[in-house]
Amino acid sequence: MTALLSIRNVHKSFGSNDVLRGISLDVPRGSVVAFIGASGSGKSTLLRCLNLLEPIDDGEIILDGTDISAPGFDANVARRDVGLVFQSYNLFPHMNVLRNVTLALTHAAGIAKDEAESTAKELLDRFGLADKARAYPEQLSGGQQQRVAIIRAVALRPSVLLLDEVTAALDPQLVGEVLDLIAELRNSGMTMLMATHEMNFARDVADTVCFLHEGTIHEMGRPDEVLESPREERTKAFLARTMRR
Amino acid sequence: MNSDSSTGPSRATARRAFEERRRRRSIAIATTSTVVFVGLVVLLVPRMPRWDRVKQSFFSGEQFADSFPRLLDAFVLDLKIFAWSVPIILGFGMLVALARVSRNPALFPIRALCVIYVDLMRGVPVLLWIYLIGFGVPGLGLDRPWNSPLLWGTVALCLTYSSYVSEVFRSGIEGVHESQRAAARSLGLTHGQTLRLVVIPQAVRRVIPPLMNDLVSLQKDVALVSLIGPIEILRQAGIDKSKFANFTPYVVAAVIFLCITVPLTRTADWLLARERRRTGGTRIAA
Repeated sequence: MTALLSIRNVHKSFGSNDVLRGISLDVPRGSVVAFIGASGSGKSTLLRCLNLLEPIDDGEIILDGTDISAPGFDANVARRDVGLVFQSYNLFPHMNVLRNVTLALTHAAGIAKDEAESTAKELLDRFGLADKARAYPEQLSGGQQQRVAIIRAVALRPSVLLLDEVTAALDPQLVGEVLDLIAELRNSGMTMLMATHEMNFARDVADTVCFLHEGTIHEMGRPDEVLESPREERTKAFLARTMRR
Repeated sequence: MNSDSSTGPSRATARRAFEERRRRRSIAIATTSTVVFVGLVVLLVPRMPRWDRVKQSFFSGEQFADSFPRLLDAFVLDLKIFAWSVPIILGFGMLVALARVSRNPALFPIRALCVIYVDLMRGVPVLLWIYLIGFGVPGLGLDRPWNSPLLWGTVALCLTYSSYVSEVFRSGIEGVHESQRAAARSLGLTHGQTLRLVVIPQAVRRVIPPLMNDLVSLQKDVALVSLIGPIEILRQAGIDKSKFANFTPYVVAAVIFLCITVPLTRTADWLLARERRRTGGTRIAA
């Protein structure tokens, strides 16, 4: 199986703080990878690097045969193909839901306004948010905002979707609706990489679970392997701490 | 649980009655103190030894009626200067703000120039700039209409206020959370698009209240242009004062200014309160 996304020996440091210390991973088309690990282990940084929000110091990010991390490669083009959803939603508060979703379609992808709006409405309708198209973010619940944020990223038809702890800021009773959306995206064949604290969800949705520790992939495998019978001591300790909560 | 629900209603009634008593008491105190204060002013001020003369020279009804139309006419010039200046100040102030927040290395000289400009303008009283530019530039011996003190006084006003306004805009731009830029860039929008579509609209909304305060100050400072020649309301009031040996024209000018500035200030306060309510709400990590 050839990989859609190949992460090769990626390094990233902020000053003297080495956050990523050689991450390598092949992600086949249509598969879902969950990154688990303590805060500071590099999950968020890795996702931000894959979207090119942070330039990497060393290594390569190959998407569909193209090195998008190569110097001089147009990051704006790459970013449209690698969607990123944030923990804090980051919807644009001065725009209604429809405009939030169409903004990048019309201005980054150069799609005509009518077409962009029909794409957006279709997606909002499919994920049960059609009646919120004219609402502003502050009028929505956290769960609704995060669903809009995911739709905003998906609307660009990215090859890969990156989800950075997308349920971590939500009230517990709102987590379900967001996870349902992600599960549906998975069923429609979306390739996804997600940083998450939801171990049960990772077990249900992910094909591969990676345990990150101090900027490296410490252990990696099928969810049942990593989550139920981890080989590494650190993975065991992390899971014991997490599950107790 | 049971005892709670049985004592609930009576306790609620008692609390309401208590709040009501408290509210009435504070209204009574406010009313009394106002009456006492106004009473003292009305009783005491006319007893001052020279009140009659002050009344005659500052609050003469005849003089008021005589000067009012003339001063209102002169005030039109103030309004014109204000109306020309505002768009220039907003536009130029925004440009300076954008230059200062830019990170493009090629723009470094412009950035440095803007810092110097803002420091110079903010560090010197408006009046001094009006003198320096308003007398200085026409002194170069330019031809009409480029030698008008009115023109260069207005330019001085625009330059100083643009520097104040650029700082307001800059704080607004820097106040838009980094996560908003990250979200826009993550979607493939360019730096320029991010600024134009995401950052500036939010920044402007945020700074409307402080901007209004600057405009209120500008409205008053327009009168300073009079000091280099143009006959606007303050200068006309001075002329009237000398002609009739009476200070009432100044009071007339003050009243006319208040008619514009008070509504403006109240609007600014209202906008500020609304903005606080909006951002103090439920929005998370915007």
